[in-house]
Formats: sequence, C-alpha cells, structure tokens
Amino acid sequence: MNVSGNLREPALAKRHRIGQLFEWACCGSTWFGMVVLSLLLLSIGWKAMAWPIPDADAVDRAAATKTDAKANALLSPRPLSTRFLTSYDSRVPQKAGIKAALWGSLWLLVFVTITTVPVGVGAAVYLEEYSNEGRWKRIIQVNLSNLAGVPSIVYGILGLTVFVRMFGLFGHDGKVLDFNLGFAMLSIPLPFERSVISGALTLSLLVLPTVIVAAQEALRAVPSSIRTASYALGATQWQTIRHQVLPAAMPGIMTGVILSLSRAMGETAPLIMIGALTYLAKCPGKIDSLSAVWQHPTGLLEAPFDVFTSLPIQIFNWVSRAQPEYDHLAAAGIMVLLVVLMMMNTAAILIRNRFQRRTQW
Amino acid sequence: MTIMQSFSELMHQRQQRETVKRSRLVETETEVSKLDVNNLNFFYGEKQALFDVSMTVPERSVTAFIGPSGCGKSTFLRTLNRMNDIIEGTRLTGKVTLEGQDIYASEVDVVALRKRVGMVFQKSTPFPKSIFDNVAYGPKIAGQRNQKELQGIVEQSLKRAALWDEVKDRMQDSALALSGGQQQRLCIARALATNPDVLLMDEPASALDPASTARIEDLIFELKQNYTIVIVTHNMQQAARISDWTAFFFQGYLIEKDRTQKLFTTPKKKQTEDYITGRFG
Repeated sequence: MNVSGNLREPALAKRHRIGQLFEWACCGSTWFGMVVLSLLLLSIGWKAMAWPIPDADAVDRAAATKTDAKANALLSPRPLSTRFLTSYDSRVPQKAGIKAALWGSLWLLVFVTITTVPVGVGAAVYLEEYSNEGRWKRIIQVNLSNLAGVPSIVYGILGLTVFVRMFGLFGHDGKVLDFNLGFAMLSIPLPFERSVISGALTLSLLVLPTVIVAAQEALRAVPSSIRTASYALGATQWQTIRHQVLPAAMPGIMTGVILSLSRAMGETAPLIMIGALTYLAKCPGKIDSLSAVWQHPTGLLEAPFDVFTSLPIQIFNWVSRAQPEYDHLAAAGIMVLLVVLMMMNTAAILIRNRFQRRTQW
Repeated sequence: MTIMQSFSELMHQRQQRETVKRSRLVETETEVSKLDVNNLNFFYGEKQALFDVSMTVPERSVTAFIGPSGCGKSTFLRTLNRMNDIIEGTRLTGKVTLEGQDIYASEVDVVALRKRVGMVFQKSTPFPKSIFDNVAYGPKIAGQRNQKELQGIVEQSLKRAALWDEVKDRMQDSALALSGGQQQRLCIARALATNPDVLLMDEPASALDPASTARIEDLIFELKQNYTIVIVTHNMQQAARISDWTAFFFQGYLIEKDRTQKLFTTPKKKQTEDYITGRFG
C-alpha cells in the first residue's frame, strides 16, 4: 500500500503566492511611512543647515546698500548653530534665535509635570484601587476616553476662559495676590493672563486624560496577588498602594507621563488660543541661563506669571513670515524641537527597559 | 483495603517521627481551642459557598482541610482572617472567634486581625524587592523603624522558616531570584515576621517539586510547636503526614472533622471514606 502520497501539490503553489503577496504588501506599508518620514527629515535638515541662495537681484541690492552688507557680515554659516540657540527672535533673520522659546518650553514642561503627575496618578489610583465597580465608574471611564480625543483647540478655548480670563471674575483690571515668603514676595496676578502658568494648566488639562488612562493600565497590570499578600501581612490599603502597587506600576506610569509630556511640548493650537506671544525677546522671569538664577533668584517666582513663547509657537511664527530666510529658521527650530522630543521619548524607553528587567513575576 | 493500609503505614511512620520530636518537648495533652467557628454561612453574591459550618481549631496543632475542588475549603480558610473582605459582594453569617473575641465584630480592626492570623498562599508571591525587604515588610508597615530590631526579626523569621542558611549572604538580592521552594519559604518567613499566633496556608506546596514539598512539610512540623496552623491541601497523603486534625469538606458542607489518624483509618461518614479511598473527587 502506498502511504507516502504525492508531495507535489499544484494547488499549494497558489496559496504560497498569496502569502508572498501579502508579505510584500506589509513590507510596502512599512517602507511607505519610513520613506516619507526620512524625506521630510532630510529636507528639513538640509534647510536647517544652509541659508537660502540669494537670487541675483537681492545680491545686487545688497551690494548697493551698506546696511545689508553689514547684515551679511553678521551672517553665520548656517541657520542651525550655537548662535541660534543663544539669541532671541529678531527682525533680521540672520540674528534670530530660539532662546526665548526654549526657556518658555522648559518652564511649560516643569509646570505641566508638576500639575499633571499628582492629579493624573491620583485620579488613576482612585479609579483603580478605591472606587467600586458601578455605573459612575463606567461613566467616568467612558468620558475619560472621550476627553482624550477632544481636539486640542477646544482645550485652548477652555484655558482662555478658565485660566487667562477666569470668567472675568476679577473685573477689568484684575487683582494681584501678594504673599510674603520671608525671603521674597510672591505676586500672583488674577486672572493669570497670558502667562506660563495659564499655558501649563491648559496643556495639563489636555494631557490629563491620556495620563490617567496610561496610569490606570499600569496599575491594572500589577498582579492582584501582590495586593492580597500585602493585605495578609496586615497592611492597610494605603500602605499596600504606597509600598507595593505604586512602585510596581511606576515604570508604566512614568512611560505614559513622559510620552504625554512630549505631546504637550509639541502642541501649538491651545497656546495660540490662550495668546502665547509669537514675538518675544525675553525669557520668563528674565532667567536666560543657569547663572541668571543665582544673580536674580526672585526670577523663579516671577517666571510662572510672566509672558512666554514656546518652540512650536516660534516655528509657527517663522513659517508664516514672508522672507525665505525665516523658512530656514523654522527648519532649524523644528530640528531643535525634534531633538528635544526624541530625548524625552528615549528617556521613556530607557526607563521602561530598565524597570522591566528588574520586576518580573 | 489497601488504601486504608497505606494510610495506616503512613500513620505509623509519623508516630515514630513524632515520638522522636516530642521527646524534646514538654508534653501537653490538653487541647486549648484557638479558633471557634459557629454556624458559618458564606455567600458570593447570591451563591452560597459555605453551609452552617462549625468547628474548633486547637492551639499549637496542625489542622488540615481536605476535599474536592470547589468544596469551599479555601473560602473557609479565608474567612478566618477576613481575606474575603477584599472580594466585593461577599456576605457572611455566623460567628468566628479568636481566643473568644468575635473577629467579625464591628470594633475589630481587620489590619490587627491579619497581623495575628498570618497567611501563606498557593502561588508564592514575593514582592519585587530584596529578600530582606520582603521579610521586613510586615514589621515595617506596623511601625518598626529600628534597623537593628528589624535585622533581628528578619534573621529570626528566616531561621524559623529554615531559609536563613541559604540566603544569609545575599539578603540584598532580589527575592525573585530565589527558586520556587525558597520563594515559598520566604513567604512563610514573611508571614512569621509579623509574629502571628495562627498561620493559614492555602495549598502551600501544591506548586512545588517533591523535594521542596518535603522541606515545607518538615517546616510545618517544626512550626506547630509555636503556632496554630491551618492548612488547605488537595493532597491527602500530605494531610495524613503533617496534620493532627483533618476536616473533610464537600459541596460547602463540613462533612467530618476528627483526629487525622481516626479520620483516615476509621472515618465515620460514608462520603469521607469514599473520598479518601479515591472513589470520587
């Protein structure tokens, strides 16, 4: 009896071909994104590395007038340079830099972190650890997901009403609350106007839903046996959360927070809504370097309530100007923003990997 | 009946072992009751899991609960330190007393109860921390801050759990690096560190290899000199080897509770006999 059978099956070849086609299609999808992205990066990088080539007319005019010759003398070899990082925006493209925007973004980052982390983690802990399953929890949960999808410009309008104007509660001129801290005066203007704190609170509202959902997922991933074991040793619920659940969930929470913060850093629309300045030649609180903090420490108290600009706003502003040089400045600004965001994302990945190796159960 | 004979043999081996051990101890024959349970009914939502269970657990002895899966033995164990409180929608009627105090009375703090009635679970659950921090966790959360005291407690607990010699040189290593059997002994040490009177064990050896199981059983044998131990096991040989009293649960009812030797050799109820001779379950 022949049990070996025929090992050549013509119908199989067709099935293999379909499989092959599918593989190519998937490969194509991957490369489509990669190619477009790298083209974009290359063109921006190229722009950031060189000034536009002046056309013949402009060269003639430059030769004719002395002032432009002076400007040309100042011309640095490329838009993206150390000078770009250390000078303020200017009407002369060759002198313009991103300093005010960098410090503005840094202040935003600090205050968004300060407000988002406690509120976001607190809400997640309440929802996951304390609240009972039920209709209210479901309603809150659904709304959180919805809020995460609300367009950022809507948050801008919210921030404008709540933080910048404070519903007009403080009249036309507003009020100033003064606190004597002993070593310095802390003056809080009410409403907050177009200050760092308004921007930070608005961005914080924007990313809170994402942070809460990410933190909830991290908490849910902590095995319940850890909680039970802790309770069995006579721990209260707070001790269990503080000593077992939160430390175990921390890498997940941190990753979620950092990714949300990098989203906040790139947001433009809500900040334009609340009126962040597009042209600014000073840093919040006049702090433009670390040494300035020593010389002028009260600036730290003034900065949150000072006007500001941020990286994406500065880029937006440059893109909308007419001279071609500003296009190249915008490209340089984009490179700086991308480097900042990539650094934050790398930090998120490093934190995740580091903790994943340590906690495995 | 061969199975009955094999149990008799087991009993005999055990008695020999026990006489060796007991010769070192002051013999006390009086049974002092530690835990008393009266007419306990337990519900998961609408579903009743335990029906009118009454029993006493004598002090400084090992009481084993046996029975087929889903018979309520683990549920009953968890009512003894109120671990069921964590599960939403559970309800209970009846009375459980620890040395005469009703543990379900409104003025009882469940945290204080769990400090006196420790628990070890089937799956060893070391915290993702160092060996030292795992054992020191209980005393620390109870407010012990003195580092020297803590070290003393940790050392003593690990010695009692027969783990000290294996880990004394690597106290700061992660507890997750220990083997399964070591992890389970660590969990026992951790439970001992809060200085409980009663130790509840929910199938503590069921996920372990025979060698580790033997170590845990030896340990339980040692521990009953100082602690009241209640153990749930699905392994009847294990119950026969280590317990003084055995309770047989079936479908939420306590069918029979007796001296281990009696229950395994001359059970009073038909169901018990059927179960231990392997006719069902």
